Parts: sequence; structure tokens; C-alpha cells
Amino acid sequence: MSGAAEIVFDRVTKHYPGRAAPALDDLSLAIPAGTFCVLVGPSGSGKTTALKLVNRLVPLDEGDIRINGSSIGDLPAVELRRGIGYVIQQVGLFPHMTVADNVATVPRLLGWPKPRTRARVEELLELVGLAHEDGKRYPAELSGGQRQRVGLARALAADPPLLLMDEPFGALDPITKARLQQELLGLHAAVEKTVLFVTHDIDEAITMGDRIAILREGGVLAQYGTPDEILAQPCDDFVARFVGEDRALRRLALLRVGDLELDGAVSEKTLPVASTQMNVRSALALMLESRSDAVLVVGDDGVTQGVLRLSRVQELLR
Amino acid sequence: MHDHWGDTLEPRLVEHIELTLIAVGIGFAIAFALALLAHRYRPVEHPIGVVAALLFTIPSLAAFQLLVPFFGLGKTTIEIPLVAYSLVLLYPNIVAGLRAAPPDVLEAARGMGFGPRQLLLRVELPLAVPSIVGGLRLAVVSTVSIATIAAFLGEQGLGYPIFLALKEPTPFRTEIYAAGVLVVALALALDATLALAGRALVPWARKGLA
Repeated sequence: MSGAAEIVFDRVTKHYPGRAAPALDDLSLAIPAGTFCVLVGPSGSGKTTALKLVNRLVPLDEGDIRINGSSIGDLPAVELRRGIGYVIQQVGLFPHMTVADNVATVPRLLGWPKPRTRARVEELLELVGLAHEDGKRYPAELSGGQRQRVGLARALAADPPLLLMDEPFGALDPITKARLQQELLGLHAAVEKTVLFVTHDIDEAITMGDRIAILREGGVLAQYGTPDEILAQPCDDFVARFVGEDRALRRLALLRVGDLELDGAVSEKTLPVASTQMNVRSALALMLESRSDAVLVVGDDGVTQGVLRLSRVQELLR
Repeated sequence: MHDHWGDTLEPRLVEHIELTLIAVGIGFAIAFALALLAHRYRPVEHPIGVVAALLFTIPSLAAFQLLVPFFGLGKTTIEIPLVAYSLVLLYPNIVAGLRAAPPDVLEAARGMGFGPRQLLLRVELPLAVPSIVGGLRLAVVSTVSIATIAAFLGEQGLGYPIFLALKEPTPFRTEIYAAGVLVVALALALDATLALAGRALVPWARKGLA
């Protein structure tokens, strides 16, 4: 396994028995290998259904889903699932097993030799920021954040090329949530995986996604694109409302001051100072706060990089 | 005067333990098989429970009357009602235990590629242990108590010294008390043994919150 997988939804429709409206209506979506793709939408938009179709926890009605070109129906469901990481909001750790045994679940199902499993468990505990001693504890002894770390380690255990995550941070407090979001992004940058991540929270979608698929009620794909594309050009009123009226500011938050072309000529004597790491939205706030129409941009090394002017920010949003 | 312990009580105690363990052992095997069936095919869960409850309502003396013509005065006639009575305590507890796995745990397990057999052996059964042990404790205690009626069929169990003493014109109290105390002590001892075994089998519940 290992590496990342390309995943394609090809005209996927799902009806649940006893309901008139489809849960997912003719969804087509191509997710390139290595992408962090977020499925976002209100309740009833079929985002969790779309996720569970991939590992066949929900059976497919019409259309096809392909992972690296092979249909998900080609393998027995049990084998398919062992090759896909799965993380859910309630985590679902086995209460009767230690953390280490929980993490070792899929390698054991796959019949890995014991020393290999043991080494892999150690590696993963470290990867998700848990101590070696935590391996001997039971889930009931852990905090919510720690449990979801274990859930992530367990999903990554057999190095699957695809990770499905169903609102994994939905039950965590804001601070723990933000920390785990950043760690997951760091992890995604370090290990080559395709991630399919479900959330109802547009902020989380913008923070996490390389690509965002916005679904509307009735399981219809409203828009699929990068966070910047979606914020810059929402395709209709639904998307515009869903991303919020402050979408211009959200776009700016995606950019760092250091990434922009700066004005080299520093004519002003006193300007508020921004670091190259600061996002453009914060730089704009700084300008407003100090009644200035520019900020002086200084690198981590303390060397002045140039000036960011309000007019440049306005151009960005055009 | 004979030596009450060596002559009378000790062999009766051993018989009583035997009656109890055989009844609960066979009862457990049957209840376990039925519970697995009910777990697999939900529609049969309730009907099986009703049958177990109905069996429990048959008075033991009536059951003996029915069984003696077929099985005589031996152990089989005594064990059949004891086994039948144990089902009403064992079966619902085993079924409840098998259903005790939280839905998110089951979903995660399926999502990781557990087949139905692995789900049962590695998740559902281990999580059912506390409830199964609870059912066994109830069944053992109640069987120890009910097994005293075996004395109606002959010289066996701790019910016999009580039965004999009651037939005396002036009932000989010591026999009644001694045997009665032994029945209670046996029930408590077996219950405590199972409780300890249950704790040993459920290490995850001893730590933390569970």
C-alpha cells in the first residue's frame, strides 16, 4: 500500500429506502492523489453518505467509485476497508483494549508479524504526539483529544493510501480542535496520503482543505474547487451564503504577507510592523487599527522586506 | 450420635456443589447458544425469552412428577428443571452483553475491515463479559437455593438433612440450621469466586472511568 490514491466519484447516486429524496444525487468528483479534500455542507447534504460509500459501509446504488482506477466493488468489502483509514467523530476506540492494541488493530487483521506491528505502533504513537507509556493505558483513561490522536494513529497503522475522516474534531473543545487541525495538516504534508474529510463547518473546511466540495440539501454538488476559488467566485447564492458574507476577509486569511509582491520603496517614516508569516487579513486589521494604509513587512531575521499597501490588498480581491 | 460433618453434611455438600455446577454449566451452554442465535437473528430473541420465562414458572415438584416416569429418581430428573430455571437468568444477560458494544465502536470496527466473526470474537464477546458474569452469578446463587428440593427425590444435596429433620415428630433443629447455613455459605462462596473471576477478566474496567 502506502503512497496516495486518486479517488473518483463517477455519477454516484444513493437513495435510502423509505425516503423520497436521494441522499446523494449524481455526484461526480475527481480527487487527485495526495489531495486533502473536504466535503462540506449542511445536514442532509449527503456528505457522510458520500464518505461511507467509499468504504462500503453504505452500499452504492448507481454510479461507481474508483480508487486508483479500480472500482470499490472489485474487492471484498472487508479487504477494501483494511486498505482505507477510517476516523469518526466518536472515535470508536475499543474500550477493552489498550491504546497500543487499538493502534495494532489493522496490522493484526492483515496478519503482520508481531515485531513489525510492535515497531509500527511505537512509530505511530510518536507521530501523533503520544508517549510510549500511553500505549499501555485504556481509552477510558484518556482525554478527548488524546482519544482522537489514538483514533488517527489507528487509522494510519497499515499505512493506507486513503484516509476517510468523518467530522473527526467535531466533539473537541476549540483549543484542542485547532491544535489537532494544525497537527493533521503537518502530518498530511509529511506522509503522502489522500484525505477525504467531512465537516459541516466552513471555517474548518477552509483551514484544512486543498480542495473543497460544497454539497447542498438533497446531495447535489454545489461547487468544487480550491478554498480561494470558492471564496473568490462562489458559483451561486447558496455557496455565497454558506461561505459567509465575510468571504473576502476569509480569502485574505489564506494568504501570508510574505507570499505577496511588496512595494520596495519605503517612503513613510512610521508604519505598523507585520511579520512575513502574518496572514493578510491580520495585516489589514493592523492597518485599520493604526489608521494607516500600509504596513512595514519584516522577515523572521528582522530584515525589512518592503511595504504592503491597502491598494495592493484591494487588487487581490478584484 | 453420628459424626454429622463426615457422615451427613460433607457428602451432601459435595453433592450439592455437583448438582449446581452441572446445572449451571449445561444451562450456560444452552443459553449461550440461544443468545448467539438471537444475536444473529433478532426476530427469535423475544420468543426464546418468553419460553425461558415460561419454563421458570413450572413448579419444581410438578416438574419432578412429569419427569420421574421418563428418567426415574436419578440425577437427570433433578438437573432438567435446574437447567431450565437457569435459562431465565442466563439468556437475557448474555443477549444484553452481546448488545453492549457501543455503536461507534461497532462502526469503527466495521470500517477497519472486521468480518462478522472477528467482530463477535474480538469486540462483542469481550465487551459482553461483565454482563455474562453477572448472569452467571445470579444463576449460581439461585441454583444453589433451588437445588435443595432434590431431596424430594432421594438422598442427595443439602436439602436432604433438612428434609429428614422435618419428618421427625419434633424436628431436629441443628440439622436444619447446619444445612441451611451451608447452603447460604455455598451460595456466597460461589458468587464471590465468580465476582473475582469477572474482575480478572475485565482489566479495562478496573482502571479509569469505565
